[in-house]
Amino acid sequence: MIPCFIDQLFPQVGIRMVEIFERLGHEVEYPMDQTCCGQPPFNSGFQDEARQVAVRVLEIFKSAEVVVVPSGSCAAMVKVFYPELFQESPQEEAAKELAAKTWEFSQFLVEKLEVTDVGASFPGKVTFHDGCHGLRELGVKGAPRALLEKVRDLELVEMGEAETCCGFGGTFAVKFPQISTAMAQVKSNSAEESGAEYIVSNDASCLMQIQGYLDRQPKNEIRCFHLAEVLAKNLDKTE
Amino acid sequence: MSQYTSQFAQAAEAVTQNTDHRSFLQTALRGYQKVRANTQARFTDWQTARKVAAEVKWEAIENLDTHLKNLTERLEARGTKVFWATDGKEAREYILSVIQEHDAKSVVKSKTMTSEEIHLNDLLEKEGFDVVESDLGEFIVQLNHEAPYHFVFPAMHLKREEISHIFHEALGTDETYDPEELTQIARRVLRQKYLDADIGISGANFGIAETGMISITENEGNARLTTSLPKVHIALMGIEKVLPRLEDLSLFLPMLATAGTGQALTGYNSMIGGPRQEGEIDGPEEFHLVLLDNHRTRLLADPEQRDALRCIRCGACLNVCPIFKNVGGHSYGTTYQGPIGSVITPHLRGLQDWKHLSQASSLCGACTETCPVKIDLHHHLLRNRRNAMNEKPKFTERVMFGGFVSMMSRPWMYRSLTKTARIFDRLMQPLQGSWLDPFRPWRKTRSLPPVAKETFKDYWQNRQK
Repeated sequence: MIPCFIDQLFPQVGIRMVEIFERLGHEVEYPMDQTCCGQPPFNSGFQDEARQVAVRVLEIFKSAEVVVVPSGSCAAMVKVFYPELFQESPQEEAAKELAAKTWEFSQFLVEKLEVTDVGASFPGKVTFHDGCHGLRELGVKGAPRALLEKVRDLELVEMGEAETCCGFGGTFAVKFPQISTAMAQVKSNSAEESGAEYIVSNDASCLMQIQGYLDRQPKNEIRCFHLAEVLAKNLDKTE
Repeated sequence: MSQYTSQFAQAAEAVTQNTDHRSFLQTALRGYQKVRANTQARFTDWQTARKVAAEVKWEAIENLDTHLKNLTERLEARGTKVFWATDGKEAREYILSVIQEHDAKSVVKSKTMTSEEIHLNDLLEKEGFDVVESDLGEFIVQLNHEAPYHFVFPAMHLKREEISHIFHEALGTDETYDPEELTQIARRVLRQKYLDADIGISGANFGIAETGMISITENEGNARLTTSLPKVHIALMGIEKVLPRLEDLSLFLPMLATAGTGQALTGYNSMIGGPRQEGEIDGPEEFHLVLLDNHRTRLLADPEQRDALRCIRCGACLNVCPIFKNVGGHSYGTTYQGPIGSVITPHLRGLQDWKHLSQASSLCGACTETCPVKIDLHHHLLRNRRNAMNEKPKFTERVMFGGFVSMMSRPWMYRSLTKTARIFDRLMQPLQGSWLDPFRPWRKTRSLPPVAKETFKDYWQNRQK
C-alpha cells in the first residue's frame, strides 16, 4: 500500500521499498486503483466520509497475502482504526482481516521476515524519529533501530526527544500552524543537540514537517530521509 | 467560532512566540520526567499497577451509586453533613449558607481544583469574606490575581524573581530570590490565617466507600491545618473520586504521588472520617462533605468515554503533552488543562464551545501512554471531534471532504486531478506565501516539497510496460 502523499510527494520512498523487497526475493504487487486510506476525514471527525474511502481499501486489498505500508500512520489507520470504524457494519469482518495482515514496513522486515541486515551502506550520523502512530498505536520502536544498526558505515545516535511528536498531526499542522511549528522546533533542536547529520523516520509526513521547518532555518545542515531510502542505499550487489 | 476558540487561538499563539516561556516550561517538565522515571522504576511492575488501578477505578465508576451511598452513610453515622450538589450553583450556595450560618469572616482553603471548577472564590470574595489559599502555589497565583497554570503545579510558570515581586507588591516584603526565604514569607502569613480562620475548605483526592473517609494528599501540611484548625471544615469532592476499599489506597497513594510529582509518596496523607468525635482532642466541630456532579453524570452516561471519570487528577498527561509544553496552561482557559481537560471540558461545559481543544492536538498519544489509570485520552479527542461534526458539521470542511471522497473514490479522477494540481503547483509558484496560496499557513514557517514529476503510480505503470 502506497499512501497518497507518498505517491504524490515522495514516490522515491515507495520505489525504494519495492527495491528492498525484490532484493530479498519477494514478489511485490501494487493495485493501481488505490488512492487514500481515509485518514484526513477520519481525524477531522468526518467518519462517514472516511468510511466511504476506506471501504474501497478493504476491497482492493482483499486478495493480498500481506499488505505492507511505508508509513506508521497509514498502517495504524488500517490496523487500529478500521476495525473501530467498521464496528457493527457489514464490513466488520473484512476490516478485521485486513487489519490482521497489514504491516508497517520496518516491523514487517524485522518481525515477520526476521531480516535486520538488508545489505545497505550509508555513511553518516543518523538519529531516528519515532512517528507517534507507529510508536504508540503499533508499538514500533526496536525494529527500525535494529535495521539501522546493521547498515554499514552508519552511526546511530539517539536524540533526547526521539519520542516527542514532530507537530505534524495532519490537518492540525494547518489548523494550528504556530503550535505545530513550535513542536517542529523542539524536535529539530533535539536532533541538532544529538549531533546527527540525518533524521530518519518511518513516516514521510513527519519528515515533511521536520524538513519543512529545517529548510527555513538559516544555519541548518541536517537532512531528513525515510527509512526505506536509507535501507536501499548502496545495496550490496554481491550477495 | 466561539469566544473560547478565539481566546485559545490567540493565547496559544502568543506563548508559541515566547521562546523564554516555552523553554522555562520545558526545562521544568524535563526535570519532572527524570525524577518520575526513577520513582516509577521502584514499582515491581508499573504496567501491571496501571492495569490494576484502571480496574479498581472502573469498578468504582460502574457502581458509583452503591459506593457513594456507602461512603455518605458511613460519614453521616459519625456526624458528617453530606450535601449532594447537582451543579456549581447549588454547591456554591450551600457552602455560602454554611459560612453565613456560622457568622464566619475568614476562610482558609487548601488546594481544591473542584472549587476552581465552580468559581467558589469569586463568590466568597464578592460576599466580602477574607478567603486565602494556603497551598504555596495557589497562594502565589491568588496574590497575582490569576488562575492556576497547571492543576497540580499552579504557579509553575513563575520564576522566583517574579514570586518575590508578587510578594513585595501584595505583602510589602523585601525582595529576595532565595526559595527558602520566599517560603518563609508565605508561612508567616499563612500561620496567622489558619489561627484566624472560622472555616476551612478543602478538596478530596479519594473517598473511601468501605470506611466512609476522605483522603487528602499534599506536601506542605497546609491541608492538614486547613481541615483541623478551623471550627468548621467543608470538603468539596467530585462524585468520581470514590474508591471501593481502604486497601486500594496502598496502590493509589504511591501511584498518584509518582505520576503527579515523581515522589514515592507525598509528604502528608490525611484520612478524615467525620468531625471531632467524643473524647478526641482535635479536629473541627463540624464537617460538611459537598458531593459535586456538575455534569459528571453526563460523562457517566457515555459508555464510550466514561473511563475519563477514572481520572485521579495527577496531571501526568499535561506534563508529557507537546501541546501543553508549547502553549502553556493559561491558554486553555479551563479549570483542567492539557489532554484530560480537552477530553472532559466539552462534556462538562458544552461540546460546541470547547471542541477546539480536541482539534488542537496532533493525536500523538503521549498522554494515553503515561496515564496511570489508562484513560484512552487521545482517542477520546478523536471521538469528541466526531461527535462535534455529527452534531454540527462545519460547512467548509463538509464541502472539502465531500470533494475529497469524490476524488479518492475514483482512481481516474485522483490521477487527473493530481496531474492538474501539478501544473497548477508550477503556475502558482509566484503566488506562494501570498493570500491566494491555499498552503499559506503551512508555508509561513515551513517549506513544502514540490509535487513529484513522476508519481509512484507513473513509476509502476512504466515498469509494467
